[in-house]
Amino acid sequence: MITKRIIPCLDVRNGRVVKGTNFQGLRDVSSPVELGKYYSDNGADELVFYDITASAEGRKLFTDVLREVAATIFIPLTVGGGINTLEDFDRVLKCGADKVSVNSGAIRDPDLVRAAARLYGDQCVVLSADVKRVDGQFRVFAKGGREDTGMEAVSWIKRCVDNGAGEVVLNSIDTDGVKGGFDLPMLEAVSEAVDVPVIASGGAGCIDDFVELFQTLPKVDAGLAASIFHFGQVKIPELKRVLKENNILVR
Amino acid sequence: MVGIIDYGVGNLFSLRSSFQAIGEAAFVSGDAAALSQADRLVLPGVGAFADAAEKLRSSGLDGFVRAQAEAGKPLLGICLGMQLLFEKSQEYGEHAGLGLLRGQVVAMEGRLPEGLKIPHMGWNRLDVKGGRLLPEANGEYVYFVHSFFADGCDDSLAAVTEYGIPITAAVEQGSIFGCQFHPEKSGNVGLAILRRFCAL
Repeated sequence: MITKRIIPCLDVRNGRVVKGTNFQGLRDVSSPVELGKYYSDNGADELVFYDITASAEGRKLFTDVLREVAATIFIPLTVGGGINTLEDFDRVLKCGADKVSVNSGAIRDPDLVRAAARLYGDQCVVLSADVKRVDGQFRVFAKGGREDTGMEAVSWIKRCVDNGAGEVVLNSIDTDGVKGGFDLPMLEAVSEAVDVPVIASGGAGCIDDFVELFQTLPKVDAGLAASIFHFGQVKIPELKRVLKENNILVR
Repeated sequence: MVGIIDYGVGNLFSLRSSFQAIGEAAFVSGDAAALSQADRLVLPGVGAFADAAEKLRSSGLDGFVRAQAEAGKPLLGICLGMQLLFEKSQEYGEHAGLGLLRGQVVAMEGRLPEGLKIPHMGWNRLDVKGGRLLPEANGEYVYFVHSFFADGCDDSLAAVTEYGIPITAAVEQGSIFGCQFHPEKSGNVGLAILRRFCAL
């Protein structure tokens, strides 16, 4: 059977990983290539590179770095950040990305998911949604979680999946950064509504949070996190050992 | 020297890089004369079967690949490239493949137990049945992304993976090899499989 996936996410600005790390033995802790290789060698099942660059020069640096990463690391790579058009898909796919994650771009242009899925296949298109509770409703937020779109999240995600999104990254703004565990109610609502893989993001603080996630919600396929991996609070080999002990299938 | 066959489907960057990573010279080409200089060939592929089969035909490479394989040059089909080795596919109608291996490609939909997601995407375990390419990879996890699979291929079956039902994961017959999974995305296990292919 398919294993649950553990996915570190690396934010990249101007070609460098933004949140530094404290890994021993890395010569350059903000090199996407070195960090990516470190994770790949230490049991990550997939990597997400998120481009948070604003400038065109920075974007060029990102694609250069991506090409170098893809020539060094042989596990699936997902790329997101600044994906607004089919040209953006083309740009990162040519540099070796396997999947492309769209967020605000899908909100701005409701046809983007459909067009990209038709051109590159559903498995290539990942919908990333930033979701927060407002007045008792799950709402989709745009622009890195700063802007309430007013749209109800589950129906929005369902619509994108119907249009061809092959996977959903659900990032709960409510639990993000709190390190008190994943947002299980929100994840349950979404994983019950769609039949494509759902990746949990936002809130993991320790190993037990992953155990709880996969035990409570067996429909969730993967757990994604950033800083707890980067700062070594959760080490992936140990995380996988504990998941195995709890009869959760991992690689 | 590995020749990666470029017939206009998919991105061959990772595949070429993975051969570089194991120290094997590899080149990407759509030119039969150039490819015929290679010691071994890789037939990649992503997307829809009909579209890929048509591109292979219209580029004139179908006959070339068949002739090279029949002459005994090692050939490795990956993902859709593996599926193209078979007689035909039922992916949205019936379409002819290269016919190098006996069997056909069928949909997972309707054949899997309830509740399993399609595509079959992620890391799954190899249960190796035989052949020369994979004995060292038995029990290892490799990366899959596909919604169709090869069926009726008992005479070439080299490995299966369990996804509610046994799914053809690899095939092998003489010097013709096929992997449904992506060795170039399967970490060190995948690189070891490519290294082995280059030694066969």
